[in-house]
Amino acid sequence: MNPPLIRFTDVNKRFGPLTVLDRFNFAVQPGEKVTLIGPSGSGKSTVLRILMTLEPFQEGTLTLGDLSYHEPNGRGPFMASDKHLRDLRKNVGMVFQSFNLFPHMSVLRNIVEAPIAVLDMRRDAAEARALELLRLVGLLDKRDQFPSQLSGGQQQRVAIARAMAMRPRVLLFDEPTSALDPQLVGEVLGVIRTLAHEHDLTMLLVTHEMRFAREISDRVCFFAAGRIVEQGTPERIFSSPEQPRTQEFLKSVLTGQG
Amino acid sequence: MMYGFTYDTSSRLAYALSILPILGIGLIVTLEAAVAGFVFALVLGLAWSLLRRSRIRAVSWGAACIVEFIRDTPLLIQLFFLYYVLPDYGVILPAFLTGVLALGLQYSAYTSEVYRGGFDAVPREQWEAATALNLSRFRIYRDIVIPQTIPRIAPAMGNYAVSMLKETPVLSVVTVLDMLNLANMIGDRTFEYLVPLSLVGLIFPIMTTLCSVGIHALERILPKAGVALR
Repeated sequence: MNPPLIRFTDVNKRFGPLTVLDRFNFAVQPGEKVTLIGPSGSGKSTVLRILMTLEPFQEGTLTLGDLSYHEPNGRGPFMASDKHLRDLRKNVGMVFQSFNLFPHMSVLRNIVEAPIAVLDMRRDAAEARALELLRLVGLLDKRDQFPSQLSGGQQQRVAIARAMAMRPRVLLFDEPTSALDPQLVGEVLGVIRTLAHEHDLTMLLVTHEMRFAREISDRVCFFAAGRIVEQGTPERIFSSPEQPRTQEFLKSVLTGQG
Repeated sequence: MMYGFTYDTSSRLAYALSILPILGIGLIVTLEAAVAGFVFALVLGLAWSLLRRSRIRAVSWGAACIVEFIRDTPLLIQLFFLYYVLPDYGVILPAFLTGVLALGLQYSAYTSEVYRGGFDAVPREQWEAATALNLSRFRIYRDIVIPQTIPRIAPAMGNYAVSMLKETPVLSVVTVLDMLNLANMIGDRTFEYLVPLSLVGLIFPIMTTLCSVGIHALERILPKAGVALR
């Protein structure tokens, strides 16, 4: 096996008195597609937010490739310099539950903004790449629209294109369809399914769409109380979960989804 | 005679018409001071609000203290200080520049509060999305946050612009030849103050009304989602 691309070792994360991740251990192989499931508050989204450097953590170590989330000689957990954090972020992209497109920019500008500003791409090259991505998500005709003119599903597809424009090695999806009307979920899952075929892209997905998780994941991790209680191939987790908490959770969500 | 115009005191109307060109020259000075002072207040206020958001505790506290101090001292004292005290320390500024600096300084304390409210109103998710795209803090402010605050802060900024315009006559106490100062000087020479002071008193509401109309028009045309700066 290759060395893991992402490795959490004994990570503790607290919000005040609340422990969100409790001696958390987790490793992800390059190119792996991992789905994180579990009840709300179990720490799934926090794992993504820590990887995106949006949250600090208190103890433990986290590495991404050769880079540690603690800068060498840094002053304690997450006290890395801006420069170090930006080196880390180069590798990671994120798609949010609430899309978070920039409302004052056209679709095309949303996508080319960061490649031009951060990757120093020329405008014409960035736009060519953006149009390619818009074609991929099926929104080529919306290039000059503003986010408020798009449906939620369309906004989320633009957000995926925007994240992909930065060519991340790791793409994080934080409940990408939870804020969508049911009839719009399919179009977003369709785009994620397409990306799941990209061999080199490592994907971490937090979702409540169990059938979709089963279809695209290499591995499913069940979270409870800040730890991974059970993990394995989707077939195993969904067909024969061993832990009572996993069985109970799957029973409760799957009855809702028929 | 002033600026080549002679006073005609044969009737009040003739008097008023004869001194209007002189007051017009003062009006230009008044408007220049207000515009320059407000631009300075917008820039300096933005600087204060950014310093207050600094992650370095000493910087944010220092900026907060300075802003509070500026806000809590009267404009007239700041003006006297800049004009009469600074020269003792070798800093001699022309009257007009002194006036612009004092107005701008005082109003920068107000505008920094407006900016602060505007920044706080930009959803945290916008910061997170920009951070996830690896934009630098400078880029996040310039391209993401400030453009979204513009439509939100425009009404409050407009109020301060009008209010500053109305305060420009204080510059006359440090010898700036603004509209009020000229009206006074005309009165000194003709021993007739009613007409010149009334005219100045009328010109101000006309100007502030025009200014308000302009600001409302601006508010209407600004896109609610924000104004991309480039």
